[in-house]
Amino acid sequence: MGDRAQKSLFDLSVARKVQGTAKHSPHAPLSATEAAPGGDGAVRTVGAWLFSARTGGVLLLAAIVAILPLFLPNKFYFDVAIKTALHAIVCVGLNLLIGYAGQISLGHAGFFALGGYASAILTARFGWPGLVAMLAGAVGVGVLAFLVARPILRLKGHYLAMATLGLGIIISIIINREIPLTGGPDGMSVPALWVGPWRLTGPITWYWISGVTLVLAVWLALNLVESPMGRALRALHGSEVAAETTGIDVTRYKVLVFVVSAVFASIAGSLFAHAERFMTPVEAGFLRSIEFVTMVVLGGMASIFGSVVGAAILTALPQVLAVFHDFKHLALGAILIAVMIFMPKGLVPTLAALWRRRVG
Amino acid sequence: MRLRVDNVTKEFGGVRAVSELSFTVEPGRVHSIIGPNGAGKTTLFNIITGVYTPTQGRIWLGDDDITALPPAARAARGIARTFQNLQIFFNMTALENVMVGRHLHAPRRILPSMFHMPGIKRANREARERAAELMRKVGLARFIGADADSMPYGALKRLEIARALATEPKILLLDEPAAGLNPKETLEIDELIQKIAQSGITVVLVEHNMKLVMGVSDHILVLDYGRRLAEGTAAEVRNNPDVIRAYLGVGAVAGAA
Repeated sequence: MGDRAQKSLFDLSVARKVQGTAKHSPHAPLSATEAAPGGDGAVRTVGAWLFSARTGGVLLLAAIVAILPLFLPNKFYFDVAIKTALHAIVCVGLNLLIGYAGQISLGHAGFFALGGYASAILTARFGWPGLVAMLAGAVGVGVLAFLVARPILRLKGHYLAMATLGLGIIISIIINREIPLTGGPDGMSVPALWVGPWRLTGPITWYWISGVTLVLAVWLALNLVESPMGRALRALHGSEVAAETTGIDVTRYKVLVFVVSAVFASIAGSLFAHAERFMTPVEAGFLRSIEFVTMVVLGGMASIFGSVVGAAILTALPQVLAVFHDFKHLALGAILIAVMIFMPKGLVPTLAALWRRRVG
Repeated sequence: MRLRVDNVTKEFGGVRAVSELSFTVEPGRVHSIIGPNGAGKTTLFNIITGVYTPTQGRIWLGDDDITALPPAARAARGIARTFQNLQIFFNMTALENVMVGRHLHAPRRILPSMFHMPGIKRANREARERAAELMRKVGLARFIGADADSMPYGALKRLEIARALATEPKILLLDEPAAGLNPKETLEIDELIQKIAQSGITVVLVEHNMKLVMGVSDHILVLDYGRRLAEGTAAEVRNNPDVIRAYLGVGAVAGAA
């Protein structure tokens, strides 16, 4: 991926976050009787659309996952699709933190890698069953996130960005240095995942595992967003003082969403380790964290489907742009900058607004 | 429930915004706090709601000392407020802003929320209906389907009141609800405050519009430089020479006398 392009995009994304009021309205508006007379036609149309985005959106995603293999010519494309789905799971969790609750994390690759290495080490070195190792990794990452969240999330804006960045770097250093456990910079190979009598290997198997997990992750995230807890997250993004005086324990919710997003990343990391059968410290690197944030911002803050689109574009586009050879990174950077200039709210929210204007 | 401010002082780096202030808000009343700009009214609201911790003194709600409680815990005990400088959730719709006010009355466990259990669905429906009802009550029926950032200023003021009412408060603190409103809107706020008071909610009102204050208040506390200048009914306060001096200057007292 183009390092330079990512850095410039990251600058944009942080600047935007400070101003940050990303909008998302998952609730189906009221029936026409409750809307104002005269305005209810438009309200109902928008409502129907939003409602279908909520229930229909998950079905649409499931349908895309189901038919995509028909268009994937070989293993290489399956591999790209698997990575896309696993990155998207991280981004869906990260968007809960960044887009909805308005907190930033530049350390989520650390959680992703911890999940991956937990699976790798516990299965390869200690002979644990794969699913138990994955669960242990998720619990461990959740506990770690919980412990660091309280001091870290007292910080705001750039300071929070720095603290999470530091956390990611510490995780990366530990993985690089603990050579007997992790294999250090050379990485380590990971055993195949066994579930009962089944040995899960091969790109097609892993395509389905990643795809189904992604649909599940999107469904869980959408449900959370549309619950009273989800409204609390968006409220503390909108105004912390108003959220507090309305009865929302702001610290508790920040910690909670940080833990949830870390666990999403951990599980995606575990699946990644078994799918790729190899883990390297690159997965924990600072640039990976930046990539995740970039995917969230590109797809659209506070848009769960935006995260999926952002992850898909930033995972697949570099492969497509390979036709430009040496100018590949330049082209990717130019596309990202253009999107952020012309669609500052991100791809999905901008396109959704256009669509609504046309329909309404 | 009785709210008691007991010998409260708040200092900001040597500046005393509130100084050794004590007063009691009796339940079911409209209790106004007036005073010139910088008298410490908003600071006082921030101390009562827990946004600030007082340098000294205690806040009592009924028989409980709530001085150490964070804002969310005070909201759970029935204290709600609006803000002088609007604090709207502009990343949400108008209706959702009010639905957030139902937070304390909704189930808030992570797994049921993520799996969209029936209890969550019911809570969403209840919150939506209740929020719509409150929006109609404060006169915002035509904004029920609107985004918060598309609403005019006067409507946002009332949206904050609806959100505060959604928490089912025992005591409602209104910080300059009529500031920036035209006379017609001010009249509507006046009626709304009376309606809220009649429903049994104690209202603590900070407001500069004297006509509004004198009309709705059962009791008025006058602050100046963070201290109590006078206290009493509208008539008592209006004729108090100290109050006239603070508001109109020394010469005015001689003129009035």
